[in-house]
Amino acid sequence: MMNRLAQEIGVRSRGGAVDLSAQPCRSGRFRAASRGREGMMAFRPRAPQGPKPSHVFFAQRGAVRVPAGLLATCLMVAFFASHALSQVTFERLVNSAKEPQNWMTYSGDYTGKRFSSLDQITVSNARTMVAKWVYQTGATGKLETSPLAVDGILYATAQDDRAFALDARTGRPLWIYQRQIPGDIRPCCGHVNRGLAILGDKVYLGTLDAHVLALDAKTGAVVWDVVAADYRTGHSFTVAPLAVKDLIVIGVSGGEYGVRGFIDAYDAATGERKWRLYTVPGPGEPGHDSWEGNSWKVGGAPAWNTGTYDPATNQIFWPTGNPAPSNRGEGRAGDNLYSNSLLALNADTGKMNWYFQFTKHDEHDWDATQVPVMIDASGKHLIAQANRNGFFYVLDRTTGKLLSANAYGKVTWSDTKDAEGRPVAKKDASPTLEGRTVCPGALGTTNFMAPTYDPQTALFYVTARDQCDIFSTAPQPYEAGHAYYGSAYFPSEEARPYLGFLKAIDPATGQVKWKFEHTSPTWSGVLSTAGGLVFSGDAEGDFIAFEAASGTPLWHFQMGGAVYAPPMAFAVDGKQYVAIAAGSAVYAFGLP
Amino acid sequence: MLRKQTGQRLLQSGRTILSVSRLATSIMVLFGVAVAFAADVRNPFAGNAKAAKAGEYQFRINCALCHGLGAHGGGRGPDLTRAVKKHTHSDADMFQVISNGIPGTAMPANGTNGQGVGMTDAEMWQIITYIRSQEVKAPGNAVGNAGHGKDLFYGDANCSLCHMVEGKGGRLGPELTAVGGSRTREAIIESVRSPSRRLAWGLTEPTKEFPQEYESVTAVTADGKQVKGVTLNEDSFSVQVMDTSEQIHLLEKNKLRSFEKSRQSAMPVYGTDILSDKDLGDIVAYLTSVGAK
Repeated sequence: MMNRLAQEIGVRSRGGAVDLSAQPCRSGRFRAASRGREGMMAFRPRAPQGPKPSHVFFAQRGAVRVPAGLLATCLMVAFFASHALSQVTFERLVNSAKEPQNWMTYSGDYTGKRFSSLDQITVSNARTMVAKWVYQTGATGKLETSPLAVDGILYATAQDDRAFALDARTGRPLWIYQRQIPGDIRPCCGHVNRGLAILGDKVYLGTLDAHVLALDAKTGAVVWDVVAADYRTGHSFTVAPLAVKDLIVIGVSGGEYGVRGFIDAYDAATGERKWRLYTVPGPGEPGHDSWEGNSWKVGGAPAWNTGTYDPATNQIFWPTGNPAPSNRGEGRAGDNLYSNSLLALNADTGKMNWYFQFTKHDEHDWDATQVPVMIDASGKHLIAQANRNGFFYVLDRTTGKLLSANAYGKVTWSDTKDAEGRPVAKKDASPTLEGRTVCPGALGTTNFMAPTYDPQTALFYVTARDQCDIFSTAPQPYEAGHAYYGSAYFPSEEARPYLGFLKAIDPATGQVKWKFEHTSPTWSGVLSTAGGLVFSGDAEGDFIAFEAASGTPLWHFQMGGAVYAPPMAFAVDGKQYVAIAAGSAVYAFGLP
Repeated sequence: MLRKQTGQRLLQSGRTILSVSRLATSIMVLFGVAVAFAADVRNPFAGNAKAAKAGEYQFRINCALCHGLGAHGGGRGPDLTRAVKKHTHSDADMFQVISNGIPGTAMPANGTNGQGVGMTDAEMWQIITYIRSQEVKAPGNAVGNAGHGKDLFYGDANCSLCHMVEGKGGRLGPELTAVGGSRTREAIIESVRSPSRRLAWGLTEPTKEFPQEYESVTAVTADGKQVKGVTLNEDSFSVQVMDTSEQIHLLEKNKLRSFEKSRQSAMPVYGTDILSDKDLGDIVAYLTSVGAK
């Protein structure tokens, strides 16, 4: 009981934040004193850098000396604070900047910046970084997870719909949840999962068989399990959900199976569905006439990457994917709303305030599902997206009006813009029976890999590739539960080698300020930190720290497996870590 | 589908039988049924032009990435327009290969490419019908004197200085024992006449998207030594090189005085002035004869 209570203890620091580095009576260490340094109990100030314990008690082997007064205080704190402090409240998510040691949403905060204000690891000491621990999941395939870090515990997923919690200091697992996935699921593009949401005392997982689960954050036990859609017709979840207020927001995958896309919000406590927004409007709804005949019924427009949230306007910004069939426009004449769009939704109701469609009537599989990043600059409330179609878009997030669109990679499909400034497809960019080469290819200039915006350099960093594909039509009737591409695409041999980059884009001008060429294209996401650094991985298995201002690589570590995941940062015991998944494992790095 | 279900049901019933003798009997029955069934497998669309057209589209979606548009072979997969195929003879063989893949090769089992449940039986039969329709149009098998080709390979054409076939030859270029069975005649000829047009693939790592290509490297080490060769592997910070005398160099890029990569293949261009079309045809015939084993 004492251990149980002690585990839940934290100390509320200024701003209502909780800091594990300030946990005074942590985790059963009353009896674990013989573990030497781990038996140390310390009060620590919240500052993540250079912690100076104000009271340190060294426990001795076999006997714990805890002053009775302190023990009583600890128990009291535990009694009164355990409930409140173990909860990740909506307020904490809104104010996540006040607890930089934690990483509580997919992108680290609601803005989607994937920026950490931790600054212990800097341009001058990054070259001394070392691996702190490795956690082998044993799962095979693409590990795309972006871990969450809350009060000293890391929560992550693997591609076989398992979730796990790790001691963030050691990488040792506290619990593992393993979903039993049916053998006949229909994920479009491999078995993948990008991570969890956390709210209250639960973590939330979307599964490949289209369920949404709430797991007890302390045990991994299933608290509730709801079916969102039928997996046998091609619905699945791969996205990390987003917790907003008391809702769990999640978007469906299945654009390659002709699903009718949707974004759902579930009551975090009960799993009851509170709203659903179909991303393909039905009869009578605005936008319905952008579909030919009955094509809307199998129109795709999935919503498989995590959106962002603006508490000031209570709006969720969620991006959508390709219309179905993905590579054949015949039979679905029209713009095909709201495929390949950014949707601004009222968080309480799911009602759409505005939309912006990046690629109209897409025939190249250019899902617009990249993270939309909220940026406030010179008094303007902006939202920026490095789109799969090769253009970097900046919108006014109050109105959804396009402000600029600039190519940031090799683009051949568009050479004009419409009256709004939106790039327009050339007539001869459509797939043909013989095959037609178009850049970027179907995989896009970028894809699901999470970008970052660094407010210190005011640069947007994104993983990009230059690859062209030959798009060839292959008419195919819709059949429920079967892949529905309508075309085939192949990398163009003539366009070899395919190049991969980390690019730094200035959102003010849309220009690429610097680029680093990888040995081959990578699927790694990007993290920026207040230490003046940008972190990313590559297909060769290297994890690299770059100087954010110049793109100069300062440090690297060979992880032995390709990277398909984004990095994130957290702090425990006042020490900064940077973590990333590669191969089948999760790695944590820090200063020696 | 039908066949799989039958097998599964029999296996399941087999599991419930406790007696060893009855189990043995049921296994015999199982095998008997399987053999009888395999012999009975017929392509329901054989010769059906409409099915061949549907199969063409399925082929584009599911097969053309490796086997090329038109089934003439691509970067990875063999030319399927050849009447004689290494792994399949009958339509039933083809169905088997498409369903289950070919272990030890890049040919995956249907539905295991991570993209869902794969093709239906009908779609696979359509593809087979399409492949058969393409075979008719394909030119006859290449003729050539394989014996003479072998002499050239290990002799005057100098192929074996860099390439190994069946354990004999050099190491600098790709090993070619299987190339005749997995590449088209046209692809082999192109790689000899213009080797830089498509660089050969080398090491493929399990988690990496692209294989290493046979790029040429010239590096100068800190002590001024020049290393010229091909990349065995590379990342942003290191490169593993085999030089022209088959020595392996493990280099850290930041310790090099200079490092240059080139997509100009280390393989010399064999024009018709060096190697006549007839002699090249003989070499391809040799490689094809080895690759068919």
